[in-house]
Amino acid sequence: MIKAENLTKRYGAVTAVNAVSFEVAPGEICGFLGPNGAGKTTTMRVLTGFIPPSQGRVEVAGLDVARDPLEVKKRVGYLPETTPLYGDMRVEEYLQFVGRIKGVARGGLTQAVGGVMEAARIADRRRSLIRTLSKGYRQRVGLAQALIGGPEVLILDEPTIGLDPTQIKDIRSLIKSLAGKRTVILSSHILSEVQLICSRVVIIKGGRLLASESIESLAAALGGHLSVSAKAPADQLGEALARLPGVKSVAARGPGAEPGAARFEIVPSDVSLARREIARFVVGRGWELVALTGGAASLEEAYLSLVGRADAHPEPEAPHA
Amino acid sequence: MRNLITLTGRELRAFFYSPIAYATGFIFAVITGVFFYAALSYYGMASYEMSRMAQFAGPRELSLGEYVLRPLFGNLSVVMLLMLPLLTMRLFSEERKAGSLELLFTWPLTDFQITLGKFLAVYLVFLLMLAVSALNIAILAWFAPPPWGVVACGYLGLALLGAAFLAMGLFMSTLTENQVIAAALSFGALLLFWVVGWLVPEQKDAFAAMVEYLSIFSHFERFSKGVVDTRDVVYYLSFAFLFLFLTLRSLEAAKYRG
Ligand SMILES: Nc1ncnc2c1ncn2[C@@H]1O[C@H](COP(=O)(O)OP(=O)(O)OP(=O)(O)O)[C@@H](O)[C@H]1O
Ligand SMILES: [Mg+2]
Repeated sequence: MIKAENLTKRYGAVTAVNAVSFEVAPGEICGFLGPNGAGKTTTMRVLTGFIPPSQGRVEVAGLDVARDPLEVKKRVGYLPETTPLYGDMRVEEYLQFVGRIKGVARGGLTQAVGGVMEAARIADRRRSLIRTLSKGYRQRVGLAQALIGGPEVLILDEPTIGLDPTQIKDIRSLIKSLAGKRTVILSSHILSEVQLICSRVVIIKGGRLLASESIESLAAALGGHLSVSAKAPADQLGEALARLPGVKSVAARGPGAEPGAARFEIVPSDVSLARREIARFVVGRGWELVALTGGAASLEEAYLSLVGRADAHPEPEAPHA
Repeated sequence: MRNLITLTGRELRAFFYSPIAYATGFIFAVITGVFFYAALSYYGMASYEMSRMAQFAGPRELSLGEYVLRPLFGNLSVVMLLMLPLLTMRLFSEERKAGSLELLFTWPLTDFQITLGKFLAVYLVFLLMLAVSALNIAILAWFAPPPWGVVACGYLGLALLGAAFLAMGLFMSTLTENQVIAAALSFGALLLFWVVGWLVPEQKDAFAAMVEYLSIFSHFERFSKGVVDTRDVVYYLSFAFLFLFLTLRSLEAAKYRG
């Protein structure tokens, strides 16, 4: 549904996006992650046809954005990062204006505007001048503007920024409810949010693609970690743990929280297998299992390890001591 | 077409939400009235002098067209040069600064529709201002019927002149996100096209003809005298089209700059 091939965007000497390729399948909700200045907004602007790429090509809804910009724009709802609305218009009037431009039929306009106002929960402010709205309300009007006309593709640049906790929850479930019906790309700095609503992620940093895959496979690649403490002779326990299936490596962490317990950190090759085996083994030997914590890597750990790793080696080809 | 109407409607409304249109329109109306009053009282004085001297020179009537309308149209054209950049300055600059161009350009609209929508809106506001200034003519008609042909020609000329000024102002507003700079640029450029007329060399060669052709006001003279020359009409129309075209090019270039 959305496809970027070798996408590069240069602003003068600055390369904001550097040879990035990724694909998002129809119905998927894709999270766009990366540190500040990574090139997320720039990539989204190219996808929406606002700026042309310096190199490469982007396809949205099966259409080449450079060749068929108008047809692409008819199928895309876009929420820009800065939510630039017309402050001199009233909420309802503004949405009617956008609806007309997006080709909503005259007869269906009132209903369409009502629908998106309901979805973005702004119906109570329909008569307000946009200029007088609070930041969160403006953000929601921006979202309503993107939703009107029911576009196949939604491109949302930090959609939940500036919203209050209740609204964040509402908007997240609104976006989540679009899964399977619309294709959504959203950027966010809130990793738990992406983990909650997205099925896949694209991570970029410094304009380069670091990852483009489903959250599960990203986390699985990282493996996660486990921590065991048990009342047992430390050397025997350590040796036995290292031999269990699903365990990659074991490191002793000294005495556990309770007297007589030993604690070990475990890097598993398969988290759930390792966890099952460890529990069974320790109990089977008649030792007392004090704690067994940890699990699959979270998106946050995956993100930090990817972005952090890229931090440590800004020049992959440079030799290091 | 529906998009064009929608866009023009929004732009028009934006004009009436902002104080600039009211302020500009009000000042335009006042200045027009003052010029009209000045021309009319000069005409009255001259007619009085004329009637006193009639015994020597024989009876002769001063023409309203020559003494009232022509100076009025001349003055209006200069006032337009000063005021119209204030109407066009915000058209693109404001949206560039606010960032709303990002949405405008990602809605299913062509650059042509966007440009034409803004131009039509500002042109309608300008026509409204002209209509208000025509009240002066109505007052004149109350006392003495003016030569309607000259009135029509003069207003046609002003309407064409306005299209040229506004198209240039629209173009200038694509160049910067600062409205003051946009107004200064179009004001300066219009002044240049005016001043060029003073530089027409004495000898009547091809160069002199070209300089005179370029001058934006030399084409207006004939309209204010009540003469419609197709060359003048073509000049103003091509001036307007050139700048609308440049506006489209400028929007395109801005996308590549990002
Ligand atoms: N118009 C522009 N002119 C020059 N450089 C630009 C322009 N827009 C963006 N950049 C640069 O391109 C790079 C990527 O910016 P971009 O806005 O895409 O980052 P981002 O990932 O959206 O960051 P954030 O998380 O802060 O929103 C940055 O280095 C930025 O300075
Ligand atoms: Mg951004």
